[in-house]
Amino acid sequence: MNSKGMVSMREKILTYIERNSRVDLKDLAILLGTDEATIANEIAQMEKEGVICGYHTLIDWDKTGSEKVTALIEVKVTPQRGLGFDKIAERIYNYPEVDSVYLISGGFDFMVTIEGKTMRDVAQFVSDKLSPQESVLSTATHFILKKYKDHGTVMVRQSKDERMLITP
Amino acid sequence: MRNPLSDTIVNVKPSGIRKFFDLVSEMKDAISLGVGEPDFDTPWHIRDEGIYSLEKGQTFYTSNAGLKELKEEIADYLKRRVHVEYDPADEIVVTVGGSEGIDIAMRAMLNPGEEVLIPQPSYVSYEPCAILAGGKPVIIELKEENEFRLTAEELLEAITDKTKLLVLPFPNNPTGAIMEKEDLEAVAKVIIEKDIFVLSDEIYSELSYKGEHVSIASLPGMQERTILINGFSKAYAMTGWRLGYACGPQKIIEQMLKIHQFAIMCAPTTSQYAAVEALRNGDGDVVKMREAYDQRRRYLMHAFKEMGLRCFEPYGAFYVFPCIKEFGMTSEEFAGRFLEEEKVAVVPGTAFGDCGEGFLRISYAYSLDNLKIALERLQRFVQHLREERK
Repeated sequence: MNSKGMVSMREKILTYIERNSRVDLKDLAILLGTDEATIANEIAQMEKEGVICGYHTLIDWDKTGSEKVTALIEVKVTPQRGLGFDKIAERIYNYPEVDSVYLISGGFDFMVTIEGKTMRDVAQFVSDKLSPQESVLSTATHFILKKYKDHGTVMVRQSKDERMLITP
Repeated sequence: MRNPLSDTIVNVKPSGIRKFFDLVSEMKDAISLGVGEPDFDTPWHIRDEGIYSLEKGQTFYTSNAGLKELKEEIADYLKRRVHVEYDPADEIVVTVGGSEGIDIAMRAMLNPGEEVLIPQPSYVSYEPCAILAGGKPVIIELKEENEFRLTAEELLEAITDKTKLLVLPFPNNPTGAIMEKEDLEAVAKVIIEKDIFVLSDEIYSELSYKGEHVSIASLPGMQERTILINGFSKAYAMTGWRLGYACGPQKIIEQMLKIHQFAIMCAPTTSQYAAVEALRNGDGDVVKMREAYDQRRRYLMHAFKEMGLRCFEPYGAFYVFPCIKEFGMTSEEFAGRFLEEEKVAVVPGTAFGDCGEGFLRISYAYSLDNLKIALERLQRFVQHLREERK
């Protein structure tokens, strides 16, 4: 929002596609009261600038047959002289099995999420690849047991329209 | 046995919407564009506050006019949003929905035979409430060519020596019409000149898509002759909580409060605590919901244009009011056939007054996916009707 409280077209586009990136550009233009070319240009520009970094699908893997485990790993490190946290983060996020890496405030330094086929997979990653790193002081691994809500979407219930069909 | 009933109530027509509701209920798997309430859940922080108040055991009556802190928040909100100042001590009464406010205002203000001007198409309860209060409803038929706004000429023409009160229902259910500042100024002049009062039902005030909503009470000389009705149902998606309020001159509110006190006692306590939270921390929710409605509004208008269905662009509430006169049938016939052939429920314009003939009320308090399916069916139905008429 700018100082006048007006929401820019960019912000409107982002707010919408953050929840539904599959929206038809023609529809989005109508919804936001502009034309398709404006939308297409803004999106292309934001992709170029790295504002839009990717388009993903939110999947509830529990409802599929495939086995997957997700873990959150708290990592405590000692930043290296002249390199800071970024270099250590890079050594962690370069592993393809690592899903996300955040530098955070509080009792530890990084929050790493990782997906594996089995708990053994994840344990192996921690013991073979993460813990042995020079700057890593300690780790604590938490396995996710159930996902209630992810990316703003509640995974555990289907919403149903409870309203009467006709009301004045 | 003697007749147990009052002639007055027996002579009141049942709501026109009722008949259609029964028809729709019998139809299995119909989809609906017929509701008059938001599709959003009440924001969680508001619900949570209601639950919390129950946990704390706040389960007693509040004072008749409502919780002091709620009245203060209402006064603060109205000052902030519509720039009208009310004294929470004696110019505000918290009611069971906006509907109760309409009822008690009419009962407090009307003497037998005094006339109430009711612009139509409009919400179904003004006319019966006026009758039950002993008043005489006088309908002003609003015109599509004026975008269903009330003009000073129409008002002037309807005023007689007996006119006491004008109902001003904007943003409007079912048309989606709004009254902008200039429109209000023009009618305010007549109101002051003719010395009548206004019941301004602003329940949809937060759902205005063309600049800020303007309350007639904010115009010079109007606050002293206006009862302002608003509530939480539409702005905060709180229909089931049944909570609204009426504000006005102490002299009128005092009498309204008497009726409220004897008939209702006080508005639900849990709802009142939740409403305090809504007014304190709910501005962001309102903005989000308004934006979502506005997007759908644009989508519907675009779809109507594509299918060549005439519709003035409404800037308020969550309704559009397309014209179906080209098909040569009544609104009821159209709605009935649309339901039967395409299984989509819309409300015939006549449910909101005779002058709603030739129009439909379509609600966009639905998800875009839902609207898309319904619009596809409408497109097909309209095309089918046009071919039939060739």
